Amino acid sequence: MVDFEVGLGAYLSVAAILFAIGMAGIFLNRKNVIVILMSIELMLLAVNINLVAFSQFLGDLTGQIFAFMVLTVAAAEAAIGLAILVAFFRNRGDIAVDDASLMKN
Amino acid sequence: MSIAGFAFLFFSFAVIASALMVVASKNPVHSVLFLISTFIAAAGLFVLMGAEYLAMVLVVVYVGAVAVLFLFVVMMLDVDFVELKQGFLQYLPFGGAVAVLVVVELIMVVSVWAFPSDADLALAHPSPTAAQTVADPNGPTNIEAIGLILYTDYVHYFQIAGIILLVAMIGAIVLTFRTREGIKKQDAAAQVGRKREDGVELVDIPTGQGLS
Repeated sequence: MVDFEVGLGAYLSVAAILFAIGMAGIFLNRKNVIVILMSIELMLLAVNINLVAFSQFLGDLTGQIFAFMVLTVAAAEAAIGLAILVAFFRNRGDIAVDDASLMKN
Repeated sequence: MSIAGFAFLFFSFAVIASALMVVASKNPVHSVLFLISTFIAAAGLFVLMGAEYLAMVLVVVYVGAVAVLFLFVVMMLDVDFVELKQGFLQYLPFGGAVAVLVVVELIMVVSVWAFPSDADLALAHPSPTAAQTVADPNGPTNIEAIGLILYTDYVHYFQIAGIILLVAMIGAIVLTFRTREGIKKQDAAAQVGRKREDGVELVDIPTGQGLS
């Protein structure tokens, strides 16, 4: 630990742990859509860390451009997801997803 | 330990701890606040990697817009969040097992994979678009280099990103738009179309009887 060199592997490991936390969040909070959306944001952040790490260590800026696209899509997804959530709440009065079966009838 | 190594450990620990709290905290408002903390720490990691512009975008867009949007929605919806937390412990073994499995797999991939040195890689794949490497101190700054390729080689991606944001904006407005009944609103056409006869009435009052 004294001669600690921060390499590509370290960043990729952090991103892997972050991705796994986001995935576990989807499993653990399967009733709460808001936390599920936040978990998706965490997973997209992990992907962004991967892209930027490769971009830095390979010396190619294309990875950062692609991280921009991921950021754009993530922002759009959050806006649409929360809008759907608000509409769902107005129709049903709660946001429990496990008994959301309006489209079945 | 170098300052960069210490900063890496600090930021990565902050990212992972806050992400765990996002998933585990009982109150969704706390979850959103820990999400903000995660984004700020990740921006620190981006700065360490030399992607200053993306770090600033992360702070401005994510902390300033997306996380605040989450905060709005969490506080706007009147939901019993304690009830939604049911089943957390029930799914903990399965979810935890899957997460540990993914972490072990991915870290095994990272540790086994032999990374070629930068020189070998550059010789093997000379990239025409990578005009300047990120680490070159004499080259353009990170934001300058990004601007040089974002508006030339990747201009179509840039415009597609704009269209995606436009569609998302229109979609969010359409989804949440509603016309409410029984709300007093100003009707400009009715105001302008009002005539003298609608508002003024001439009454001939007989003397001494008053207006009933």
